[in-house]
Amino acid sequence: MATASSNLAFFNQLKKYYTVYTGGFITFVIILAILEQMGLPPTIIGYIFLAATILLYAGIGVMSKTADVSEYYVAGRRVPALFNGMATGADWMSAASFIGMAGTLYAAGYDGLAFVMGWTGGYVLVALFLAPYLRKFGQFTIPDFLGSRYGGHLPRTIGVLAAIICSFTYVVAQIYGVGLITSRFTGLEFEIGVYVGLAGILVCSFLGGMRAVTWTQVAQYIILIIAYMIPVVWLSMNVTGNPVPQIAYGSALQEVTKIEKELNDPTSVKGAAEASVRSLHKEKAAEWGEKIKALDEAVKAGNGETFYAEQKAKSVQKLADLKANPSPDAKAIAAAEKDVKDFPANIDKLKAKWVGAEKGAKGKSGPVAAHATPFSGKGAEKKLMKEAEAKGETPTPEAVAKAKAEDEKASNDKRNNFIALVLCLMVGTASLPHILMRYYTTPSVREARTSVFWSLFFIFLLYFTAPALAVLAKYTIYHDLVGSSFASLPSWVQNWQSVDATLMKIVDMNKDGLIQLAEITIGTDLIVLATPEIAGLPYVISGLVAAGGLAAALSTADGLLLTIANALSHDVYYKMVDPNASTMRRLSVSKALLLVVAILAAYVTSLKPGDILFLVGAAFSLAASAFFPALVLGVFWKRANYLGAVIGMLAGLAVCMYYMFMTYEFFGGVDANQWFAIKPIAAGVFGLPAGFLGVIIGSLLTKEPSKEIQDLVDHVRYPNLENDINTNAA
Amino acid sequence: MQLTDKHQEYWRKNLRLTSVLLGIWFVATFVVIWFARALNEITFFGFPFAFYMGAQGALIIYVLVIWYYARRMNQMDVDYGVHEGDD
Repeated sequence: MATASSNLAFFNQLKKYYTVYTGGFITFVIILAILEQMGLPPTIIGYIFLAATILLYAGIGVMSKTADVSEYYVAGRRVPALFNGMATGADWMSAASFIGMAGTLYAAGYDGLAFVMGWTGGYVLVALFLAPYLRKFGQFTIPDFLGSRYGGHLPRTIGVLAAIICSFTYVVAQIYGVGLITSRFTGLEFEIGVYVGLAGILVCSFLGGMRAVTWTQVAQYIILIIAYMIPVVWLSMNVTGNPVPQIAYGSALQEVTKIEKELNDPTSVKGAAEASVRSLHKEKAAEWGEKIKALDEAVKAGNGETFYAEQKAKSVQKLADLKANPSPDAKAIAAAEKDVKDFPANIDKLKAKWVGAEKGAKGKSGPVAAHATPFSGKGAEKKLMKEAEAKGETPTPEAVAKAKAEDEKASNDKRNNFIALVLCLMVGTASLPHILMRYYTTPSVREARTSVFWSLFFIFLLYFTAPALAVLAKYTIYHDLVGSSFASLPSWVQNWQSVDATLMKIVDMNKDGLIQLAEITIGTDLIVLATPEIAGLPYVISGLVAAGGLAAALSTADGLLLTIANALSHDVYYKMVDPNASTMRRLSVSKALLLVVAILAAYVTSLKPGDILFLVGAAFSLAASAFFPALVLGVFWKRANYLGAVIGMLAGLAVCMYYMFMTYEFFGGVDANQWFAIKPIAAGVFGLPAGFLGVIIGSLLTKEPSKEIQDLVDHVRYPNLENDINTNAA
Repeated sequence: MQLTDKHQEYWRKNLRLTSVLLGIWFVATFVVIWFARALNEITFFGFPFAFYMGAQGALIIYVLVIWYYARRMNQMDVDYGVHEGDD
């Protein structure tokens, strides 16, 4: 272990390197900005950003290459608290946090804050229950701890299995993000984008393991936080005149609330216009409903195949008709061509598409949800009153009471789901192996504790900015866009509309020439991606945001791939298959596995499975159910033993997976199977208690663990004891 | 390995600190969410209170909780002679 003075020297050296690096990066952005003013086209800027940052990460990877086991697995255990904090921040914040979160908050308002609280509050659990104790234990992986604490191969094997399941689910979501960003900003195909990004990930972790990943992640954190902050500060300046968005957006929120009320009031001019668009959406929803009914009936009668063929022929016919028109409408033809090309592959997918369209139209036919209001009910009471008023009667007290009860139940269900999700995300945070592993890399227990503080501090910087960005963007759209004329659409709206209609689409449904809120469709990713343009910044900042998103996705993918490869090479190969393997052999096995896992993950990603948000949520629920009870009780309850750990981990995993299979549509589950109306993304809320019960019951059924193991527990509880045993792995 | 009374006291104090901080975490998170609808009637810095807690307040509390824990425990290590040496 290094001495205090050499640690300090190392810290100062790092500080110097990264200050120079940050200065260099800012200079690079400024030079690009100047070149842009001189006429450098945006596509070239996009390529330069992509190439420069990936080369940079690869360069750090090459410089940190290592053949030392301890360097490869835990960066030599000399990463200072502050830098480990930054690395954890980058490791933690994924493409979903960077690009998706502000958009989710834009769409869901208060109800989206579950992610903000869940993804930060978990660090309290990391700090109080895990980080210092794992650091004292001081080996290489999380299954290492399970294996030593509970003895035998089984707890370690279950740990490996669970680590692979949740990390793999999560890494697929990250590589998906990498592919999306590379393809959007360079015009490469999605599948090619995936492999380009993957090359960047591999160069780094392949050569230098944890050591290279750590120093690259610090570099990536610096890029991603600069990229996130600049556009938000600028937007805040534009909207409120105050450059600190986190303080300034209170006033913007009040404005937004005022506009929401106006839009929901049919007696105001804007409100009346909104109401007319809403009734059009209602009609559309009814049309989709009819079509779905016809489809269901055809399937019931056994004519599903004919029905599908008819629909497909209709779409082809429509294109032919449009083309045959003497004065062809180029836009309509392009849309129809896309329809034919993307026509659903089978009748189930066709139905899913229609159901989605019906849901979209239904959503827009209701009033605007208030941003700051938690758990709004379904509006049954309002609807009843309105209908009664139209008929000129007063509803019976029973009917009112029934509607009120319906609203309250809907609202309470939302609250319970919110709480369940927050709990799963928090406990999942404190159980994901790629995060916990980072606390093995600090020089001491003391630094590990401080490092959790720095980790959350650096994560906090982004997470408390996201709600501000959401509100500021909402203000801009509600205040500037709604009510303006279709003849003078801002250029950012036109740009994004032509780039991707799922991100931004405005159609003048009621043909009044003015934009109504219900006429705007916004994809969640748009908010972060378009902020530079909304704020009127040059394209170079858009390039910077893309580079930030890429840094977020790459750094998380790096950490996850390393976790999977280490679980296989260290826990399975070295600890179970061949404990006498030489250092060289261990590292080459690890690197070979890294390659295999990465290619497999990229392959799965290119199949575009499922919904990203669900994948991420599932990873958290699984990690929480499998690891948390066994890890925490392992430190805090000496009596916990082998059988308890085995039963607890298996029960947690089993309950969590069972619930997902029973309730998530992708696996053929249905809502009717839900317990307490909890959604499948929060399945961990059932897996977690099952895990705790399992550990407790299993432990009490069998005799207490041996003296050696109880000594091990004391060993991890105290940072330093006389005649202490040494569990540091070298 | 023989633990002295002093060691036991260190651990008891650690448990007490951990539970107090966990209590703060619990209130800032779950109690506020449970009563969010009512708490939103209160205005705080121009924000509805529950919204403010979810977007900023709870986050600031989490950061402070971890900061205090690290500081207090690092000090306690020294007081109880279980701190790591310079080696």
